[in-house]
Amino acid sequence: MSADHGHGHGHSLDPTVTEPDPHVPQAPSGRAVRIGIGGPVGSGKTALVAALARTLGSRLRLGVVTNDIYTTEDADFLRRAGVLTPDRIEAVQTGCCPHTAIRDDITANLDAVELLEERFGDLDLVLVESGGDNLTAVFSRGLIDRQIFVVDVAGGDKVPRKGGPGVTTADLLVINKVDLAPYVGADLEVMTSDAHRMRGELPVIAQSLVTDPAASDVTEWVLAQLAAVRVPAA
Amino acid sequence: MASLAALTLADARFPGGGHVHSGGVEEAAARGLITGVPDLGSFLSGRLRTTGLVGAAFAAAAVVAAARPDAGWAVLDGELDARTPAAAQRDASRAQGRAALRAARLSWPSPVLDALCAVTPRPHHALLVGAVVGIDGGSPAEAARCLAYLAVSGPASAAVRLLGLDPLAVNAAIVALRPALDAVVAQAAQAAALSPDRLPAPGAPVLDLMAQAHVHHHREQVRLFVS
Repeated sequence: MSADHGHGHGHSLDPTVTEPDPHVPQAPSGRAVRIGIGGPVGSGKTALVAALARTLGSRLRLGVVTNDIYTTEDADFLRRAGVLTPDRIEAVQTGCCPHTAIRDDITANLDAVELLEERFGDLDLVLVESGGDNLTAVFSRGLIDRQIFVVDVAGGDKVPRKGGPGVTTADLLVINKVDLAPYVGADLEVMTSDAHRMRGELPVIAQSLVTDPAASDVTEWVLAQLAAVRVPAA
Repeated sequence: MASLAALTLADARFPGGGHVHSGGVEEAAARGLITGVPDLGSFLSGRLRTTGLVGAAFAAAAVVAAARPDAGWAVLDGELDARTPAAAQRDASRAQGRAALRAARLSWPSPVLDALCAVTPRPHHALLVGAVVGIDGGSPAEAARCLAYLAVSGPASAAVRLLGLDPLAVNAAIVALRPALDAVVAQAAQAAALSPDRLPAPGAPVLDLMAQAHVHHHREQVRLFVS
C-alpha cells in the first residue's frame, strides 16, 4: 500500500491532530487484518475460531494460524470440523512457550501468516489462535491488529477481577460458556460487572456457543474491526 | 570492545525464532539419552565440537565475506548445505536464519544483507550471524563465539523446559564448556579466510539421524520443539 493512499500512519499522540476517519475502506492491496485469539487453557478459543470460520468462511477470504503446545492438535480439530479447507490452516510449534511465540518472539507466527498470504494471495482476515496460557499472555501488536481474550465461567467467576493484561487490555473480552454458569456456581453478573470495571470502555461479550453456535455477537465485532482497522502495507 | 551485534544475537530474548528449536535435545530426551545435567553436559560438549564448530567456522567466514565486494554467498551457502546432511537440520538452520534476518534488516540495514537475501531468502543461521556481526564491525572470532555459544545455550534452555532440570546447574554446565568453546572459536577464526571448501567439516551422524527421527515423530506423537 503506498503512502499516498493516506493509510498506514502511526497513532499520533498530538491532541491537535485530527484522527483519520476510521470508516474509510481499506485499499485492496493492504495485507489481511490479523486478529489474535488468546486466553487460558480450555476457555474455548478453538471452538470460537471454528464458529467464526463457519460463520465467516464463505463471506471472507480467511486464513487461520494455530499455536499448539502439543503437536498440531488444534489445527487437526479445525480441519476435522470441516469449517475450512486444510490448506487454509497453518500450525506453529511453540517450544514449550506459547506466550513467547505470540509476544516476545513472533517470527514463527509471522512466517505462518505470510505463508498463508503467499498461498492464497489477498486474504481479508487471518485469525491467530494462541496456545492456552495464563492471564498475562497477550499478543504483540507486531503480530496482530486486534486481539480477543477468551475466559470462561467454568474457570471461576473471579477471573475478570484478577485482571492481568489479557483481561484489561484486549480489544474484546469474551466470557464463554455462559450456559454452564448455573452448574459450576459462577455468578455471571459478578463476572461481567468485574470485567467492565477492569476494562473501562473496552467491550465485553458474554456468549455460549451451545445456544449460539454462530457466535453472532463476536462475528459482528470482527466485521466492525475489518471495516475500522487500517493495516500497514503488506 | 565486544560486538553489540554478537551480544544481541546471542541473547535469548533476541526475537530470532530460536526458542522453538532444541538442537536434538528433545529427541535425545525422548529416547532416554539425556535424563540429567551430566548427560546434558556431555551432549552439549559433543554438539559444540561438531555442529557447533561447523557453524562457528561459517559464521567467521561470513564476517570475512561480508567485507568483500563480492561476498560469494552462494558458495558458502552450498558448502554449509554439504556439511549438514540431515534435511531436518538444514530446515532448522534456515528457519532460524530467516527469522533472524527479519530482525536484522530493521536493526542493521545494509546492502550486505540484501546481497545475502538475494542469493537465498532463507539463509543459514551461521551465515546470517556472520554477516550481521561483520556489518556491525565485529571480528570473525566474535561471530564464531556467538554461534558456538548458541549451539549449546539453545539446547540447554530446551532441556530446562523439557526435563525440569535445575537452571542454575545447567548454566554451570554451559560455563564448564569454556575450554572447548575457546578451542572451537580459535579454530573457526583461524579458518575464516580459507576458501569455503577448506572450512572445517566435522560430522555428528547420531545428531543427523535424531534430527530426522524428530521430524518423523512430530507427525505421530507429541513433540514440543520444531527440531
